[in-house]
Amino acid sequence: MSDENNKDAPQPAETTGTDAEIEQAQAADNLPARAGEERLSEQVVRTGMFGAKTTGDTSGYGRLQVRRPAISSSPRPYGRYFDEIADELGRALDGAGVAFGDAIENVVVDRGELTFYVRREHLPEVAQQMRDDAKLRFELMSGVSGVHYPDETGRELHAVYHLISITHNRRVRLEVACPDADPHIPSVVATYPTADWHERETYDFFGIIFDGHPHLTRIEMPDDWHGHPQRKDYPLGGIPVEYRGATVPPPDERRSYV
Amino acid sequence: MGLEEKIPSGFLLTTLEQVVGLARKSSMWPATFGLACCAIEMMAVGGPRHDISRFGMERFSATPRQADLMIVAGRVSQKMAPVLRQVYDQMPPPKWVISMGVCASSGGMFNNYAIVQGVDHVVPVDIYLPGCPPRPEMLIDAIIKLHDKVRNTKLGANREKEIEELEAARKRALPIADVREPA
Amino acid sequence: MTAPTTDAYDGAAEGRVFNVSGNDWDEVVAAVREEGEEKLVVNMGPQHPSTHGVLRLILTLDGETVTDARVGIGYLHTGIEKNMEYRTWTQGTTFCTRMDYLTPLFNEASYCLAVERLLGIEDRIPERASIIRVMMMELNRMSSHWVANATFGNELGATTIMTNGFRARERVLDLFEVITGLRMNHAYIRPGGVIQDLTPLAFEKTRELLKEMPREISDIRKLLDESPLYLARTKDVAYLDVAGCMALGVTGPVLRAAGLPYDLRKTQPYCGYENYDFDIPTYDGCDVYSRYRVRMDEMEESLKIIEQCLEKLQHTDGPVMIEDAKIGWPARLAIGPDGMGNSPDHIKHIMGTSMEALIHHFKLVTEGFRVPPGQAYAAVESAKGELACHAVSDGGTRPWRAHFRDPSFVNLQATAATCVGGSVADVVAAVASLDPVIGGVDR
Repeated sequence: MSDENNKDAPQPAETTGTDAEIEQAQAADNLPARAGEERLSEQVVRTGMFGAKTTGDTSGYGRLQVRRPAISSSPRPYGRYFDEIADELGRALDGAGVAFGDAIENVVVDRGELTFYVRREHLPEVAQQMRDDAKLRFELMSGVSGVHYPDETGRELHAVYHLISITHNRRVRLEVACPDADPHIPSVVATYPTADWHERETYDFFGIIFDGHPHLTRIEMPDDWHGHPQRKDYPLGGIPVEYRGATVPPPDERRSYV
Repeated sequence: MGLEEKIPSGFLLTTLEQVVGLARKSSMWPATFGLACCAIEMMAVGGPRHDISRFGMERFSATPRQADLMIVAGRVSQKMAPVLRQVYDQMPPPKWVISMGVCASSGGMFNNYAIVQGVDHVVPVDIYLPGCPPRPEMLIDAIIKLHDKVRNTKLGANREKEIEELEAARKRALPIADVREPA
Repeated sequence: MTAPTTDAYDGAAEGRVFNVSGNDWDEVVAAVREEGEEKLVVNMGPQHPSTHGVLRLILTLDGETVTDARVGIGYLHTGIEKNMEYRTWTQGTTFCTRMDYLTPLFNEASYCLAVERLLGIEDRIPERASIIRVMMMELNRMSSHWVANATFGNELGATTIMTNGFRARERVLDLFEVITGLRMNHAYIRPGGVIQDLTPLAFEKTRELLKEMPREISDIRKLLDESPLYLARTKDVAYLDVAGCMALGVTGPVLRAAGLPYDLRKTQPYCGYENYDFDIPTYDGCDVYSRYRVRMDEMEESLKIIEQCLEKLQHTDGPVMIEDAKIGWPARLAIGPDGMGNSPDHIKHIMGTSMEALIHHFKLVTEGFRVPPGQAYAAVESAKGELACHAVSDGGTRPWRAHFRDPSFVNLQATAATCVGGSVADVVAAVASLDPVIGGVDR
């Protein structure tokens, strides 16, 4: 498909100039070939339109490849009160001697919600400023949840913190990523005591070890359970169900229409 | 158990079975083993509208030592299963178990790592009650069926014969997945 | 590791300690023995009539005073969140409904709001659907508060309150049955709207409820509000002020009983709550009695809101499920001779008239709609506090992750703060006033 695209686009003269000059020329004209290159360098996340994984694919769209751009940053201005929060957080972190760019690796505004991707070393400082700074004043942490992205090597385990400011009636999300090989994230229990059980639960289900947590033990699963159930590599664990005349396999082993 | 187990088969035993059955089914005290949503429907059965007190069962015994019936109401997680067994063991015989709801009967909609797929993996069940959650009327129906079963339980020599027959029938039966014709 | 448990009959002799689960028990007992004082470690639960479900409380007692309270949860962990990752977005409703089983409609609402935010259809939800959602949520708030008060009374020893509370709750459940078909765990609110419109019978029964419920509420209030016995057991018990609530993340009636009028229906309205006229009951006793008063007042406010909903429904027409054929659940349910199912009109339409409709129906039911990648966090003010769903989508037909911030889970953390220093009897009152539902705690 990519070849077809390129065939249609008018090609610049190949023999003149270096690659840099060609690129410049292409960029200036904003030609489809260049746009295609950007899109095609993104990773393929799904193939097939109605992606039946068995050979019974009758849709005809089986060779479609869907690509997703990597985590994109949202450009300024973010809109609503998000700019204020970002500016104030920058100021607060400066006051504490941490550069905004060091602590926050990415800011995403999506679907009306603001997310700060925080580097794990700076999480306790960011949490402290979020709670204590007068213009931020996120007093309430509503919870810590974990998400496992096995495909994002080096950043598989995410811990997501949702903060609420009752004073200013705002919400914000902090997201911290850590690799599977070294699943440590500093704990925020000192700042938000409510994170106690939430971090235990995230540890129980994902294996993220929160350094500095007073008693990081399993909370939902039995104390001697092996494995962390909500990770993507942990099976659902169902058993086949017998009916009259049929056996139905458990949900994770059935034919998938996804 | 008791003296009633030792009476030889005959007219006397049949009469005794009737009397004992009637005594056992009247005012059977349930042990509180409400776990999840089904527990709320079980509490509703204890309420004034669906009155379980008409069977003499309104006294939900918190201590299993004084309970006859364990209504396992709700999903049994892996962590809870040893507790379930321990409470069952603490009940003195004669004791019966109703597994209330699909989660207790077979794991229900939660076919996964966390839920025991049917409490019959842990305790012997007398009545399986499907539903998610079963209406209070369905629970009362299950209780009445259990009462019938208890009323007609055989004792002593008759019971041993019955057990032999049941076992033989079970050994002949096919696994449910291979049974094609309707029940 | 624990010593292996032996057969129960073996241990029938006096003086033997049963280990139920976990390392904790051994260590706790050993630690207490070391201290040498007259401290008693008592285990309440997980099977206990007064712990609101399968909750395990490990109390260290010095005489009758609680010096340490540990909470053991996880006895009802069902893996609902993981299960949802293997089902379509619409099927997720049936799973999340069973988490906090006393407030099923709130679970569904928060999940559906998160999914709708991910889909970007928040402003295309039909108005009638939003009004019905509000009405169902307020009815659920009432039924949940009835159970909270009823079980609270039962645990204090006043069984009358339990029987009355459950009888009142039955009225609300009757109404649920007329509207959704089920008494509990309805799967009624689905992404895109609600699954079925209200019938004229539903309107009639709601009006009946609005007439009868105030009397039921006032009956209980007459019994309890000024009863010296009740006040003695609940006044100044389980104290938790605003600072404590903030630190522990507690929201809902407990926070409002501490004096802070924080209610998401007013501060961050959803489903059109800004168009309703109601108050936020707030008391500042910070104790069990204040929480009881907050709950009773909230029930009365809910009745007001339901009345306004009925009025609005009279003036609003239209569908109750989003009209977008690629998202809205296609089936139009109707009561037939054999119960509730797809309406014959709908069947005639998809089988006889429209091929697209048939394809959409097929694809939506087997595969489900696809949700663009991203994450959303939608919060509702449930009967117990802030209930929120954090939904993460990878662009597919199944949730990549659906995590629920359950208010019972967070509120239960406050147990130690409220119980330590009080007596054992107050522990029961304290836990009951936090209103934990263990299905929500353990998920």
